Amino acid sequence: MPEQTKRLSYAEAVNAALRRALEERPETLLFGEDVAVPGGVFGVTKGLRKQFGDRVFDTPISESAILGGAIGAAMFGRRPIAEIMWADFSLVALDQLVNQAANARYVSRGLLGAPITVRTQQGSAPGACAQHSQSLEAFFAHVPGLRVCMPATHQDAYDLLLSAIWSDDPVIVIENRTLYHAGKQDVRLGGAVPPVGGAAVRRPGSDVTVLTWGAVQQEALAAAERLSVQGIETEVLDARWIRPLDLDAVLGSLARTGRLVVVHEAHTTGGVGGEVVAAIAEAGVPLRSAPIRVGAPPVRIPAAPSLAQAVIPAADVIAGALTRSVHGTAVPARRE
Amino acid sequence: MPETAMLLDHLESMRRIRFFEEEVARLRARGDVVGSVHLCNGQEAIYTGACAALDLSRDAVFPTYRGHGWTLACGVPPYPLFAELLGRQSGINGGRGGSAYLTAPEYGMYGENSIVGAGAPIAAGAALAAAYDGSGRVALAAFGDGAMNQGAVHEAMNFAAVRRLPVIFLVENNHYSELTPIADMVRVDRLFKRASAYGMPGARIDGNDPAAVREAVSKAAGRARSGEGPVLLEAMTQRLVGHYIGDAQHYRPAGEMERALADEPIIRLLAVLRAAGVDQDELDAGADRVHAEIAEASKRALADPPADPTTVLEHLYA
Repeated sequence: MPEQTKRLSYAEAVNAALRRALEERPETLLFGEDVAVPGGVFGVTKGLRKQFGDRVFDTPISESAILGGAIGAAMFGRRPIAEIMWADFSLVALDQLVNQAANARYVSRGLLGAPITVRTQQGSAPGACAQHSQSLEAFFAHVPGLRVCMPATHQDAYDLLLSAIWSDDPVIVIENRTLYHAGKQDVRLGGAVPPVGGAAVRRPGSDVTVLTWGAVQQEALAAAERLSVQGIETEVLDARWIRPLDLDAVLGSLARTGRLVVVHEAHTTGGVGGEVVAAIAEAGVPLRSAPIRVGAPPVRIPAAPSLAQAVIPAADVIAGALTRSVHGTAVPARRE
Repeated sequence: MPETAMLLDHLESMRRIRFFEEEVARLRARGDVVGSVHLCNGQEAIYTGACAALDLSRDAVFPTYRGHGWTLACGVPPYPLFAELLGRQSGINGGRGGSAYLTAPEYGMYGENSIVGAGAPIAAGAALAAAYDGSGRVALAAFGDGAMNQGAVHEAMNFAAVRRLPVIFLVENNHYSELTPIADMVRVDRLFKRASAYGMPGARIDGNDPAAVREAVSKAAGRARSGEGPVLLEAMTQRLVGHYIGDAQHYRPAGEMERALADEPIIRLLAVLRAAGVDQDELDAGADRVHAEIAEASKRALADPPADPTTVLEHLYA
């Protein structure tokens, strides 16, 4: 596909990636609940049914059938892109991802594979109930055999999805619905499909490294800008891929800053942030201050905006953690 | 092939499975095979009949963890199967699958599944691929009566029905949902009747008669291949052994096993063949031949080295 730049929303960038995959790879299928004729509950898959006919179809509300169907079709040369409307819904069919997709290649020593792409979206948004607002990347990232990415920019919404579809492994692409229609950006379309993996520096800095992923990156960037005024320069590193995690990029950044704050929307307990901190400790990198994790406390995610705001990390909490990392002083969390 | 010759073929296949399982029981008792093992003694006619009706160069079978019989019926030789159970490098999966999760796609056998009912949606996916690739493939999802209470099976049946996918859902009804009578776990006495809830045909068949299974699967496969969608077959059978090796089966009522042994498929088939005029010496010679094949395969696998631990990290990702 020839390269071109278009001004697109995040949702349109996802749509463009799906369109390209369906155009360039005839073995691609796209299915899920309400994705075809309705065009998706968030409008992400609009127009694809019309253009690609029965390769894009609606399914029953049956997550096990959707994911198992994708795995079986993938074993026979199709390249299914299955949508799980909310990450929370994947829990009713986790068996198909963990016990089935992740095992196919390993047990058969490569005779079989399950090159499926599972698109889903997660995270808190005002009013979302406790079953529509969890951040579950650690569930998936724990499983050897799966790949997990979390595109946080419009460009990554396009690039990472294509990397996932082109990958011969099962990949879970976790989008965020608060990004879908939140403004347009220039997105480079076409060109070579990037390989799986690799973090990206979103903001260079010399005093402290923030490793983050997903939509909360916006909060981390806002915190970094705020502290810049006070003379603290934060390097914001977007992990992009949770599995494989680009530890080399983290180590490289730490060599510059010597301080680490990991920021994610998911719960800190048992989360990927803990994994990162452990890996850095095991690497024996001398840090100038203790690493800090910022994430949701161990509590359910409530619906009322005032309650949810008390749980989901925001710029002020992140700024407090960064200040503490650099100056060693505890700064009480402040709400704006 | 004339019917008698075909039945003799079925007999050989069923004996291979039975003798294989008997040897596995010995290997397990001696500690050469370790871990959880689910034998299929008594259910051989289902695998033999079904595989005879399929074209395994394109069709795909998705069995359960009670899958040694399916694997042999698909054509996997006993030697790499023994080696797999013994954790040998020469195993069909190099020891990665073991007794309950082995796979042999090169034989049309797309994996046992140790998660009850989980293969049904994957079989629907194999059939979904057939809807696009023009292969004419039929997918057969086999599962036990207990799996008829698993959500994934019902999702798969509805998904296949609504998209008219070429799937044969085959219930091996051996009357036990692991250690519990299926009759205590459902309110319907005939499981195949659930097919009508999904708008597909269902039928009960004699799972101890390989010819009856072959005929029913053949008809279902023809129907599926011509685009008429899935079928649910309920093959009635009896387990002549425990759910797993070591299951004392204290839950089985007195007399049940004796009745099952009188009706078991190999004895029944031998009677049919004798009635058709096949000489007893020929039948005995056939048994000797398969016994020798199994003994040789077991011995060969036992002599092989264990799976190589230096390979354990390979093939996780593409």
